[in-house]
Amino acid sequence: MMPIYMIGIITGIISGMAMGGGTFLIVALVFFTNISQHVAQGVSLASFLPTAVVAIIVHFRQGNIKVKLALLLIAGSLCGAIVGAILATKLETALLRKIFGFYLIGTGGFLLWQSRKTPLGSFERRMKNEEGRKK
Amino acid sequence: MKKHYSLFIVLIGLISGLVTGLLGIGGGTVLVPAMTSILNEKEHVAHGTSLAVILPTALISTVIYSFNRYVNIGLAIQIAISGMIGGYMGAKLMNRLPSAILRKLFAVFLIIAGLKMVI
Repeated sequence: MMPIYMIGIITGIISGMAMGGGTFLIVALVFFTNISQHVAQGVSLASFLPTAVVAIIVHFRQGNIKVKLALLLIAGSLCGAIVGAILATKLETALLRKIFGFYLIGTGGFLLWQSRKTPLGSFERRMKNEEGRKK
Repeated sequence: MKKHYSLFIVLIGLISGLVTGLLGIGGGTVLVPAMTSILNEKEHVAHGTSLAVILPTALISTVIYSFNRYVNIGLAIQIAISGMIGGYMGAKLMNRLPSAILRKLFAVFLIIAGLKMVI
């Protein structure tokens, strides 16, 4: 058993580096503790909420949120989430875990492909963007 | 904004919401690349806007999960608190670590974990 707070800290570090900590959190909970796939997903969703509120306030103050774009996306994503969440609660654990596994392989493959296209880290990339905007 | 373009954006939202609800992951892995590569938004705008989208999406998913007793509040609080500490560390470390290499390592980790779950 891996201690919960250690899983939380690593999840936070990965999220802080903008790599998607939720995937790590669910994998760690399923593999290193005795928590089921369904509960791991529920905990991932719930634990995201308080951090997201803080992050949104910061991003909003920096003008990083396009409200109209966000509202359109929200209109779609709320419908998708209701369908997805109800579907998840109806699926058997083994099947849900398999679907999750396929998604991980896809995300991992995409991250690899993306990193080939942009060999710079996100920090260096952002610095470059910043320079580009000043010009 | 043209009408079909708006519909297209709603469709992107629908897909990311489906992923969030079904798999319990913030749809950032769908939304951020979709916004930067398809909608041509800057990366910091994509990150900020994706968070604003994921919050209500994750909230409604959490409610549906909790109706089925799939949310362990105590555990979620522990993860949220330690996650905030980690998040702060991550944001600081991003300036000092070779994040490109870490990104590749993380990608390989995801693939291996995914294979273990599928097989």
